[in-house]
Amino acid sequence: MSAYFETFKLGKTYKTPKGDAVIVKNFNLKMKKGEFVCVIGHSGCGKSTVLSMVAGLNEITDGGVILDGSEINGAAPDRGVVFQSPCLLPWMSAWDNVMLGVKQVYYHASNHERKQIVEYYLTVVGLSGSFNKRPDELSGGMRQRVGLARAFALSPKMLLLDEPFGMLDKLTKFELQKVLLDLWNRERLTAMMITHDVDEAIYLADRVIMMTNGPAAGVGDILEINLPRPRNRQEIMSQEQYYDYRQFLLNFLQERADEGKEERSAA
Amino acid sequence: MSTVTNTTEGTVPKKKSSRKLFKYNPNRVAHTLDQLGLGYFSPIARLIGGDEPRKQFREITSNTFLPMLAFAIFIGIWGICAQFVVSDSTRIPSPAQTWTAWQGMVDFAEAEKLKEAEYYESNEERAIKMETKAKTAEEAGQLDKVERYNGMAEKFRTKVYQGATTFFDQIGISLITVAVGFLAATLLGVPIGILCGISKKVNVALNPIIQLFKPVSPLAWFPIVFVFTTWGIEQPESTSIWQRALWTSAGVVTLCSIWPTLINTAVGVASVDKDHLNVAKVLKLGWFKRIWKIILPSSLPLIFTGLRLSIGVGWMVLVASDMMAQNQGLGKFVWDMYQNGDTQSTAQIIIAVFFIGAIGFLLDRVMLVCQRLVTFEEQTI
Repeated sequence: MSAYFETFKLGKTYKTPKGDAVIVKNFNLKMKKGEFVCVIGHSGCGKSTVLSMVAGLNEITDGGVILDGSEINGAAPDRGVVFQSPCLLPWMSAWDNVMLGVKQVYYHASNHERKQIVEYYLTVVGLSGSFNKRPDELSGGMRQRVGLARAFALSPKMLLLDEPFGMLDKLTKFELQKVLLDLWNRERLTAMMITHDVDEAIYLADRVIMMTNGPAAGVGDILEINLPRPRNRQEIMSQEQYYDYRQFLLNFLQERADEGKEERSAA
Repeated sequence: MSTVTNTTEGTVPKKKSSRKLFKYNPNRVAHTLDQLGLGYFSPIARLIGGDEPRKQFREITSNTFLPMLAFAIFIGIWGICAQFVVSDSTRIPSPAQTWTAWQGMVDFAEAEKLKEAEYYESNEERAIKMETKAKTAEEAGQLDKVERYNGMAEKFRTKVYQGATTFFDQIGISLITVAVGFLAATLLGVPIGILCGISKKVNVALNPIIQLFKPVSPLAWFPIVFVFTTWGIEQPESTSIWQRALWTSAGVVTLCSIWPTLINTAVGVASVDKDHLNVAKVLKLGWFKRIWKIILPSSLPLIFTGLRLSIGVGWMVLVASDMMAQNQGLGKFVWDMYQNGDTQSTAQIIIAVFFIGAIGFLLDRVMLVCQRLVTFEEQTI
């Protein structure tokens, strides 16, 4: 069976006066339709570069990306992106921020249908009372809820999340992880999420991709998370397996960190 | 310490007041006043709300008395100057003389208004007389006379009063002139600025022209604009306010005031948040939608900063261009008074200076309010 999503020898090289700076090299990944993958790695290893290339916001210098049988070329609403900062337009209400994308994707739909879509997603992410609030009237967590609603409302082929909860406090983060997982359970979108939080990766993902350190970062190891869905945080945390996964991921990250230290001391 | 006791005591009545339909929120009113550029009144609003009365009193007194003190010192220096600064034909008028001159200007304007009303009244009387004549002629069957009388009645009705223009008429003309010039500068400056901000090529192409013409004085622009208006605009009747001189003066205002709008718009457009542009990219917004929905709203604060600077420059160059173009505005008033050359006229010029300053200040405040209305809070997660 051919994959729904595939990156083939994906790479990013920046030309600099001192020669080529290779950030990502030979990043190969296949995903089934409806799979949730988390990419984990040390900061600065090139995780976000991979995601922004897939999103079409960063030019691909080597290899290619295939989604649903065709190669991607630039950004398009068939890949919904949730950015690290929610990137809401500050002069628009939560409603208008979601509607902007809905109008663009459902251009053939009637006004009534569009309104229903926006209302549905804003309600599902728990913002039913705040439709008309502008971003400066919303808390950080609420803004990222709007960001999630905006991405899901596009009904994209693939969902791309770039450390969406990285700037939130732990409690808000837990809440939003649940919101995301609930939404994903309803729609089962193919999703790729960048994170450096081990617990978040295990809670959300079917597979965790561990990236090697840059320069020329690639796929280091892959861990299958065989926890039953729908998942419940308390339940999975009471299983021994959870801690095995956790230990495995932490070991990987620790090894990479030690490597980095050795290299630095050698230099 | 006192705030702690206040809050504990205040819990019970607070419940009551929340049931009221309208609740006076001094902080909110004060904030709105600040936004409207009426910051002077915000301590008063806080005082009404009973918010730290002693602090508000201190603020009100210092806000009121310090400027008054400075103004009194200014009047004093002015008075001293009036004693000593004397030339052959004229001298600096004293504040009292200036005040008398001001009263004279008001009296003149009122008298002129009265004359105008009388003029129209008497013409109306004559027209009615002619109409009654026409009616008697019609009853007598003299049709040719009917036509003549009716024609004369029509003439009396359409006659326009041509009295002296008063100072206040001239203020009106000046405001119209600056409005026309500023409107033209906005309609040209904003779109060109957007183009410069979007396209680096356009920016590179236009930058030398912008830098070259930006510092040119209105006095230098005048003869060039004058050639254009004499070529392109037909002189209307002398009763119309849309004189060629007005267009010339407005053209000079446009040429001098377009630059801040253009440059600020270009900077605003070029510095749109990259995240917001990424949103546009992901949604594949078309060219027009990208400008209308993302770029324009995001650069509105800077565009309005430019517009505010532009209207300031426009009003400043207006007096000079009115003088050169002989447009019936404040510049012409100052020029005419200068030609008179006596102390009385100098006093009237001083009045004009106060008016020019006050109107410029008001225009700036209006633009400031607009600017604050379009400025959004930058989000920080």
